[in-house]
Amino acid sequence: MATPTGLITVDAVSQAFPLDDGGRYVALDRIDLDIAEGEFVSLIGHSGCGKSTLLNLLAGLSQASEGGILVNGRQVTDPGPDRMVVFQNYSLLPWLTVRDNIALAVDTVYPQLSAAERQDTVERNIQLVNLSAATHKFPAELSGGMKQRVAIARALAIRPKLLLLDEPFGALDALTRGNLQQQLMQICQESGLTAVMVTHDVDEALLLSDRVVCLSNGPAARIGRIVDVPLPRPRDRLEVMNHSDYYHLRAELIHFLQEQRRLKQQAAAHR
Amino acid sequence: MTSATSQPFLEFRDVGQVFHTRRGPFEALRDINLQVHQGEFLCVIGHSGCGKSTLLNMVSGFLQPSSGSVNLQGTPIERPGPDRMVVFQNYSLLPWLTVWQNVEMAVQAARPELDASSRRDVVAHHLEMVGLIEANSKRPGQLSGGMRQRVAIARALAVSPAVLVLDEPFGALDAITKEELQEELLAIWREQKPTVLMITHDIDEALFLADRIVMMTNGPSATIGEILAVPFERPRRYEAIQDDPRYGQLRNHALDFLYRRYAHDVD
Repeated sequence: MATPTGLITVDAVSQAFPLDDGGRYVALDRIDLDIAEGEFVSLIGHSGCGKSTLLNLLAGLSQASEGGILVNGRQVTDPGPDRMVVFQNYSLLPWLTVRDNIALAVDTVYPQLSAAERQDTVERNIQLVNLSAATHKFPAELSGGMKQRVAIARALAIRPKLLLLDEPFGALDALTRGNLQQQLMQICQESGLTAVMVTHDVDEALLLSDRVVCLSNGPAARIGRIVDVPLPRPRDRLEVMNHSDYYHLRAELIHFLQEQRRLKQQAAAHR
Repeated sequence: MTSATSQPFLEFRDVGQVFHTRRGPFEALRDINLQVHQGEFLCVIGHSGCGKSTLLNMVSGFLQPSSGSVNLQGTPIERPGPDRMVVFQNYSLLPWLTVWQNVEMAVQAARPELDASSRRDVVAHHLEMVGLIEANSKRPGQLSGGMRQRVAIARALAVSPAVLVLDEPFGALDAITKEELQEELLAIWREQKPTVLMITHDIDEALFLADRIVMMTNGPSATIGEILAVPFERPRRYEAIQDDPRYGQLRNHALDFLYRRYAHDVD
């Protein structure tokens, strides 16, 4: 196996699911990936390429059929508070206020802390995502962007080693998305957090990432290409596009997606 | 009668639109002046509430301007008509009719002069252009979103409209289907050359399709803020224009307009 060098090592991971007819569907085929501490990595690819499957494996929500994943030298066997996931649909508890949604996570993960320390953690993270004015509101009283900020604050309050984001801004309009991308980027940079994000938005991937991992179409998806994003930080979402390399990098990702799209169409035509 | 060369094909002249609401008058659009050439492909872009749909509804004839006039070949538009076909985001097909019948009904209504065999050819040709001839006996409920929108496009174009109005037609589709439909739309447009007015939120879509992009300021009292000419030669290939150095410049210019100069406040 590869020598683990980074915070996260994905070693020859394959994932197959049993099918109703007795066969098996191979979603991911021998994925190798090392992620350094503090790195921001995006996974892009067309629907069905196994992006979310890989994210779920990192989260420990499912187990690889073959190969394994190490986080900080330990194999991932189940979900844990060192790896927090933010989903597209926010996943807040509707009967709890903003504060209580976050407090529930903090109280569960840090029972050894005093009540005052836990409360302080909750308040700091609410401030971090600029939601102090909405502390006592319920999820139904919030906009989509605000709900996702609660989910991010909840994830960060646990102080995970790894933040996993599954199309976190996919359900938001372009403007809200842009503002949240900027906030997330600042938080990750300030806290040195390691993050893996699934997205299909090439601009989002370029803005946030140090590297963009392009997955080929499923079944048996593999890493098709890894694009380094050497754009200087701190980045501003409107300024970054004026960088002389920006549209080269963007074209590289679009070419990859277009090539995969053609392969997908050819495969469909032969079926 | 004015000669065809001296008058624009489609013209908005000092158009304003005021809606009377319970809370008083609401000025949606003001000072709209725009000339569109025959066969031109125009995209209209702007934030929600900027009056894009209001603008197109006046071309469709669903709405009359409160002031000024919208003229097609010199004549004010007063009502909907088959010379101006609209494709909506939600497809608007009749669910109890087959794909074939949906298109045929429109052709029958708009082009009663066609005999049965010519009508049959027109329907078949347009279904073939959108790749749906094999699915012609299916009903909308049996089709994917992309296929339904193809039927709606085939139906609109089978009527041979002079103007095609598209209100965010691909907004509900996934990325791959969207790109396929954009390419098909361009292929049909090249063949028939209707004048196209299309609303979109997607700058990349506008840069791929349009001759000019009309960028609207924010409402209320929205107007045309700027018009961006898209110089890429046709026929265009999606990937080739991505490599054109002008692509990034135009895209950044449009993004700057929308997200800096006319940014919209959100939570």
